[in-house]
Amino acid sequence: MAKVIVVTSGKGGVGKTTSTAALGAALAQRNEKTVVVDFDVGLRNLDLVMGAERRVVYDLVNVIQGDAKLPQALIRDKRLDTLFLLPASQTRDKDCLTAEGVERVMAELRKHFDWIICDSPAGIERGATLAMRHADIAVIVTNPEVSSVRDSDRIIGLLDAKTERAERGERVEKHLLLTRYDPVRAERGDMLKVDDVLEILSIPLVGIVPESTDVLRASNLGAPVTLADSRSAPALAYLDAARRIAGETVPMTIPGEKRGLLGKLFGRRAA
Amino acid sequence: MSIFRFFSKQTSAPTARERLQVLLAHERASVGHSDLVAVLREEILAVIAKHIQVDGDKVSVKMDRGENVSTLEVDIEIPLNARVRAA
Repeated sequence: MAKVIVVTSGKGGVGKTTSTAALGAALAQRNEKTVVVDFDVGLRNLDLVMGAERRVVYDLVNVIQGDAKLPQALIRDKRLDTLFLLPASQTRDKDCLTAEGVERVMAELRKHFDWIICDSPAGIERGATLAMRHADIAVIVTNPEVSSVRDSDRIIGLLDAKTERAERGERVEKHLLLTRYDPVRAERGDMLKVDDVLEILSIPLVGIVPESTDVLRASNLGAPVTLADSRSAPALAYLDAARRIAGETVPMTIPGEKRGLLGKLFGRRAA
Repeated sequence: MSIFRFFSKQTSAPTARERLQVLLAHERASVGHSDLVAVLREEILAVIAKHIQVDGDKVSVKMDRGENVSTLEVDIEIPLNARVRAA
């Protein structure tokens, strides 16, 4: 049974695209056919993070408007056979997305894939509401910072009201993905702790991604962070999160937490 | 915990947490129907405008959303020669 996941946050710059690419690659590595769909029409970036920016011929808007067939627009990942990208349009604006068009594309994708991951644009307008419209599962990407937490709360409200599932009286399965987390600063009391954010938003936690230079490195290289260096701290966090989304029970850890004596000394000194 | 902590200012995360809790309690309450305090503000001003002509610049409205109690402070200057509208 195909599952549609929306990666959303309300606020921009918290890591939606990074998380979409990383989770997409992690799910595809389980040998399950996965497509990542960019809904950020006009400001597409998922192609760049996936390293497929030079291979985009057709996009989501072309498919919706009937200029291209879905298989023509899908780009197969060069590293993983089971991973595909459906890019957004760069030249059109978000009004090109129609509710009927998106519904048709989603229904067709459901026939061919196990996982359909929709990368939502920031904000709460058309692009964002259409990205979440058909979701079975929502991954709410949040930074431990007041404006991000507030916007996530707003998005949670929309997921409970504006999705197809909500309108049918069902629930969208919601998961919190805490990104850019710095355990040292949280321990010092200068950053909201995991438990603070969980208590405020009251949705289950699916992963804690530590702040890391590996994320920038991966996007520089055009590789999902889970493929760029699968043993880096953020990659481990995303791999675990993907297993939880797929229904496995995995103990929650903050990757990179376990430092040796030297690491601890340096951590303290930096603090 | 380093000795420097004693001299540095208080940690900021508890403040962030508290501010969010109060703010979100209000925002959640106002989803779907509009915020009660905002509705009161609009209606109070409408009632006053029915009786006298109020100058928009001479009206000051302050709101304070607290954890348990919110206050709405409406301060309207009514000049001596205010034109009284026929009720």
